[in-house]
Amino acid sequence: MPSSPFRRKKLVAPMTSSAAALPPSAAASPRQALESAVVRFAGDSGDGIQLTGLRFAAATALAGNDLATFPDFPAEIRAPAGTTYGVSAFQINFGARAIKTSGDRPDVLVALNPAALKVELPTLKRGGIVIVDAGAFAERDLKRAGYAASPLADGSLDGYRLLAIDISRLTLEAVRPCGVSQHEALRCRNFWALGLVYWMFGRDRAPTQAWIGRRFADEPRLAQANATALDAGHVYGETGEVAPAFSVDAAPLAPGQYRVITGGEALALGLLTGAHLAGRPLVFASYPITPASPVLHAMSGWRAHGVTTLQAEDEIAAACAAIGASYAGAIGVTSSSGPGIALKSEAIGLAVTAELPLIVLDTQRAGPSTGMPTKTEQSDLNLALFGRHGEAPAVVLAARSPADAFDVAIEAVRLATRYMTPVYVLSDGYIANAAQPWAIPDVAALPPFPAHIRTDPQGYQPFARDAETLARDWAVPGTPGLEHRLGGLEKDATAGTISYDPANHQRMTELRAAKIARIADEIPAQVPDAGPERGRLAVVGWGSTWGPISRAVALLHQRGHGDVAHIHLRHLSPLPRNLGRLLEGFARTLVIEMNSGQLLQLIRGTYLSPAVGYQKVAGQPLTIEEVEAVLLQHWGADR
Amino acid sequence: MNAIAPAVARSPKDYASDQEVRWCPGCGDYAILKAVQKTLADLNAATANTVFVSGIGCSSRFPYYLSTYGFHTIHGRAPAVATGVKLANPALDVWIVTGDGDGLSIGGNHMLHLLRRDLDVQVLLFNNEIYGLTKGQYSPTSRVGTRSPSSPGGSTERPVSPALFALGAGARFVARAVDVQQKPLVDVLKRAHAHPGTAFVEIYQNCIVYNDDVFAGFTDKAVAADNQIHVAHGQPLRFGRDGGRGLVLDTRSLRLTAVTLGDGGAAVADLLVHDETNPVLATMLAAMQPPDLPVALGVLYCDPAVATGMAAGTSAAAPPAFGSAELGERINALLHRGETWTVAPASGVNGGEARR
Ligand code: SF4
Repeated sequence: MPSSPFRRKKLVAPMTSSAAALPPSAAASPRQALESAVVRFAGDSGDGIQLTGLRFAAATALAGNDLATFPDFPAEIRAPAGTTYGVSAFQINFGARAIKTSGDRPDVLVALNPAALKVELPTLKRGGIVIVDAGAFAERDLKRAGYAASPLADGSLDGYRLLAIDISRLTLEAVRPCGVSQHEALRCRNFWALGLVYWMFGRDRAPTQAWIGRRFADEPRLAQANATALDAGHVYGETGEVAPAFSVDAAPLAPGQYRVITGGEALALGLLTGAHLAGRPLVFASYPITPASPVLHAMSGWRAHGVTTLQAEDEIAAACAAIGASYAGAIGVTSSSGPGIALKSEAIGLAVTAELPLIVLDTQRAGPSTGMPTKTEQSDLNLALFGRHGEAPAVVLAARSPADAFDVAIEAVRLATRYMTPVYVLSDGYIANAAQPWAIPDVAALPPFPAHIRTDPQGYQPFARDAETLARDWAVPGTPGLEHRLGGLEKDATAGTISYDPANHQRMTELRAAKIARIADEIPAQVPDAGPERGRLAVVGWGSTWGPISRAVALLHQRGHGDVAHIHLRHLSPLPRNLGRLLEGFARTLVIEMNSGQLLQLIRGTYLSPAVGYQKVAGQPLTIEEVEAVLLQHWGADR
Repeated sequence: MNAIAPAVARSPKDYASDQEVRWCPGCGDYAILKAVQKTLADLNAATANTVFVSGIGCSSRFPYYLSTYGFHTIHGRAPAVATGVKLANPALDVWIVTGDGDGLSIGGNHMLHLLRRDLDVQVLLFNNEIYGLTKGQYSPTSRVGTRSPSSPGGSTERPVSPALFALGAGARFVARAVDVQQKPLVDVLKRAHAHPGTAFVEIYQNCIVYNDDVFAGFTDKAVAADNQIHVAHGQPLRFGRDGGRGLVLDTRSLRLTAVTLGDGGAAVADLLVHDETNPVLATMLAAMQPPDLPVALGVLYCDPAVATGMAAGTSAAAPPAFGSAELGERINALLHRGETWTVAPASGVNGGEARR
């Protein structure tokens, strides 16, 4: 076997708890123990790649590994079969340790057709394992993928460990007794390949068999064919002595009940939970846009949970309907991606001046304009911080991972209702679609924060403020004695009636700013995610760069560079009170983000800090490898 | 919680706020304000339960002058904001006040979709065929050739007809009135209020400063009788001095034609009878223009069908209240939906469990 691409564990091949899942014959020849591995499944959009990947993720979760997955769909809805732009892929990173990203380069690539091999091979680690269905490499298939000669024969796969197996033929032979057509039989190739990969990593097939039974409950022939293909692939691994065998121990996860969750699902569930904790109904208004739509889809199914959804005629209407709902006493939420948030901008200004709670979700994508809708970026930070007319301060939060999105959504509802203000929640295309195990919380154990709705008409003044929070009262239509008129015109600082008085406008401008600034007094002080409170290098990030930064900092610590800290911001407006002081404790501040330096500018401007930055705006998440290289460079820079 | 009926009958002035009304003296908005206050008084509306939502423009100042709840929002977006208000609390009585620029130019898309959505709200579109608040530019309802600061050579776009637009958008209630005709205006507002769905009312409103007398062609005393027709369901379509004229359908050209009744002319029995449930007739009536035909006023269209849009509501049982233990349980179940597994404490052994 060529030099392994994997991060080896120090102990090779100890049989662990996962051995229970191994077939007896495999237990006889020792498996190579790995700390973590990255597997990428790829094929045509019609090959069932996403389903295959999700099954592998489920089996891996049940094996006790930590994991992170990321689907890579083709941009075209129905690309012609066999073409490179019709390739669908699914990547999973799993390990015996905490896993924070879906992984840089795969260790194992499963390519079910030539197009998948062509598109995905460049991402594979040198020396990595590539499993191809040799039966899908006929001249016609090669031509469609743009290959002049077969890559299986021309040496272009030298340097990788190639497992060219005629999966098509083996699947056909295996499932023939199930009474399915040739076409149906070939559609079982993905399960054959999955069976082989299960054997390689010692995964238990039983839950997948059960899942197949449920999924094809109405078509027993297909259920049997897919189950048979899964077994056949597994047996091939067991007896073929071609594929290598590995073991990956269970990760030390905290006890509890878990599920796999995407960022989109977590945001939706967090908002619902947040509204429940605030004791106010939820009205979600949105317009379809990639990659934000999953939140709308999730919410739309929750009528029985009291959620009202509106698919509005446009982005502006969605924002305005959410504002109208907030005015009427609900948690108004609007959700979009950058282009849509830009359209909502005027309306958000109204929510700022009317001082209404409003949640604005921005699932960022590569811009400007239509940009690359399916690709991830963090380039809307400035839009959220400053993208409104007039002096219009608002709260901005960012989720760092799929699981974190749940907590951030709840925090957004809390701040919006407590301070009567719009709150932006920044997510991105990576977080929205990536999935991770999530320890399911008990809603009854989460601290409630009931929103105060005023009912007392005595002495009511629409813009009188709470002394502590500076928030005005939430007085909602339907309440006798609190009838008042609200609007976008400047308001008298107490009565809320129209005012053009210069001193009043100055005062209201200052009050709106002070109210947001004051939030910094109650949010937690910033502490490093990892590393010391003072030291040589502070690495600052926000949002989905958390995974790669966190892992890269851990690798620097492993190298003995313990004086590197990872500081990851959830609150971007207002910033944590102690952030400036914290950064002063480091010889160098390095801000890493997927834009052209938007947080960097904010930190420089706010703290007059000589911070430096590392940026990538390629529509691709940062890799651990590149962040590690940048950190090493900056760690050494002050020597 | 919202069905609050005042104990004693109220008068129009109970619906006035303490704010000084600031439209130009002589503006048609004053008359509309008066009619709305009269309507609310006649309906004995609860101020606490009534919400006026407006956009931007002269007409959109309206909510400030009423003692109900009011929200003066942003240009063109009142239908969208009102949608959110109504979705959050369907028990509220929601009125939208807009103008020709607000409702049909910058907010045209929202108007279209509000009408499709068919929530139970009233839309009052004040049509003065001009931009007043921004000082007199031509508007989407201005007639071709309108000279204004932004069209010194005369405007060239054809005007949109608000009532025809509404009918085309599938509105189930479309009516028309004139600002200073108090009684018909109040009658139309009450009918709009009674309609279970989005009720669209176009109100011809005179802008005395920038477009004075633009409707004089059918509102002037001298021509009103011949150039207006007040339609009433089940009644022959009659107009003119002493009801001396009427409308018939020329079946060869499929056009409405004005005829004179009496000696040598048509008989009343020949006239078309207004059927407000007929959308084709409503469209023909809405399209009528002087000098050949009179301007149609009153309820042009009212679809008696049971509401099917969002106004229909839901027959499903009301979900538990937010913050209740019962909803907490439901959310917990939602969090556990799909495949879950348990990581046991201490042992580190993972018991897998697949749930649906
Ligand atoms: S500008 Fe015209 S519409 Fe506006 S208040 Fe004056 S008269 Fe009325």
